[in-house]
Amino acid sequence: MRTQNATAYRFLTPYLLIFAIFWIWPIISSFLISFQATRTVPWRFAPTFNWGRLIGDPAFYNALKNTLLILVIQVPVMISLAIVMAVLLNSPLLKARGLYRFAFFAPVVVGEVAYSAVFRLMFSLDFGIINKLLNSVGIPKVDWFSNVTPAMALIMIAVTWRWAGYNAIIILAGLQSIPEDVYEAATLDRVSRLRQFFHITLPLLKPVIVFCAVLSIIGTMQLFTEPFLITERGGPGGGTETLGLLLYRQGFRSLNFGYASAVAYTMAGLAIAITLVQLWLTRDPK
Amino acid sequence: MTSRSQAKLGRSILLHLALTPLALIWLFPLWMMVVFSTMPDNGIFSPGIELLPHDNFLDNVANLQRDTNFIGAIGISVSVAVTYTILSVLLTSMAGWALARYEFHGKGAVVAIIFGTITLPYAVVLIPQFIMVARDFALANTWIALIVPPLFNSLGVLFMRQAFSMMPAELFDAARVEGVKEWRIFLFVALPLARPMLAALAIILFLASWNNYLWPLLINSQPGAMTAPVALGTLIGLTKVSWGGIMAGAVMLTVPMLIVFVLLQRHFIAGIAAGAVK
Repeated sequence: MRTQNATAYRFLTPYLLIFAIFWIWPIISSFLISFQATRTVPWRFAPTFNWGRLIGDPAFYNALKNTLLILVIQVPVMISLAIVMAVLLNSPLLKARGLYRFAFFAPVVVGEVAYSAVFRLMFSLDFGIINKLLNSVGIPKVDWFSNVTPAMALIMIAVTWRWAGYNAIIILAGLQSIPEDVYEAATLDRVSRLRQFFHITLPLLKPVIVFCAVLSIIGTMQLFTEPFLITERGGPGGGTETLGLLLYRQGFRSLNFGYASAVAYTMAGLAIAITLVQLWLTRDPK
Repeated sequence: MTSRSQAKLGRSILLHLALTPLALIWLFPLWMMVVFSTMPDNGIFSPGIELLPHDNFLDNVANLQRDTNFIGAIGISVSVAVTYTILSVLLTSMAGWALARYEFHGKGAVVAIIFGTITLPYAVVLIPQFIMVARDFALANTWIALIVPPLFNSLGVLFMRQAFSMMPAELFDAARVEGVKEWRIFLFVALPLARPMLAALAIILFLASWNNYLWPLLINSQPGAMTAPVALGTLIGLTKVSWGGIMAGAVMLTVPMLIVFVLLQRHFIAGIAAGAVK
């Protein structure tokens, strides 16, 4: 291929303009804003103003703690469930495959607001279908919204329902790219299916699983809509407050852009760290 | 029956016994969304267990319309999603084409910047985007504010770059020998060949725009400018509101997408699975 600068940039420029204005510049800009005091006009450069406040802010630690807690519990549970779904859906013995695929993949098209509304109604204290069903089998009803532990569990249940199938789609694509003859040899050697799963399937799926985990961690880290709508602005009493909610509150309720940018860059720092771990986990062994 | 096929039958039964309850649990919230949307409010908030649809759906739609102009918001959502999808498919496939098929100065840098920033959380750009669109450009509560900033999304570029780079070069070289211009080759040779990938990309982009919540919530907060998810979200948590109406709104947002999903499942799954393709 010869060099074709003019032609290439004619195709590329419209996208690059948007990309520069609405992605690259804001990435730089919010970094700069995090070092400015933004509640005075004009804004002034004050490097420790927001970051200093962040380090000493109990609300920040509460949001960080909740976000990490959700990450540590919800992501492994969801990825395990997604692996189970994908492996079972991939079985040649499965009948009515389309129905099962629909059941697990349908949540992928459901919007955050629609499903938040449904979960809120399903889990309500006195008239929620979940408590009614629990009652009917003799389990006392759970107050999902006034106690921190059930409220956190509810958020995790909702997110897992919404995203497990999404991850199962990616893992299923990974499973289908594993050649059949790998298993044929193992079956001839009378290796049990369970051992095949742990010694062949899982190692070959590792890059896909790590990819799903990274996507999920970065998604869950920004969790906003579910605690905003299901548990009513991070309730009870900040019990489901997340970094995403803190950013929203600081940036768009208090219009404290500098502090909100510091929160945003904390998330970016975590995302960068997690991406580096991914690169290290899936590096080529040399 | 041989012992081998017996073992196979046993495994098959076990498989369905494990998968069926899980599938039913997974379908339950969607089923209840439909059931709630057909129940009067006093039925939703009654002590009995109701698991079957009633016939109150149209009344609930009327209740919803009384609480907020949902039909108007649906109109905004449809127009925005359609416009966004067309523009985004066009922009990202042009960029993907350039990155796949031409050698030019700065190509390495462009690819590196796209890959290097793709895992950064969206939260990082939210505040500058808001300041820029709402204050500098004074475009809050307009369609432009809903459509243009989300066009930065780079997944489509990488997806289309891969689609175009897998096509054999001879296809395009033959046209070049005959003196066909590059933009005509792109429009009339490359794009038609990429139709399945374009379909997958368009579906994913449409869905993303249709369900987008945070950005429209921030930038278009005035009642007449809200998208459907934002309008519905304003009702959740209010005390005097029809929950049957909210559920009817949830059904109106969800069921069309479920139908599209069933009809175009292959493209859907290709689009999502492509997220994993490097």
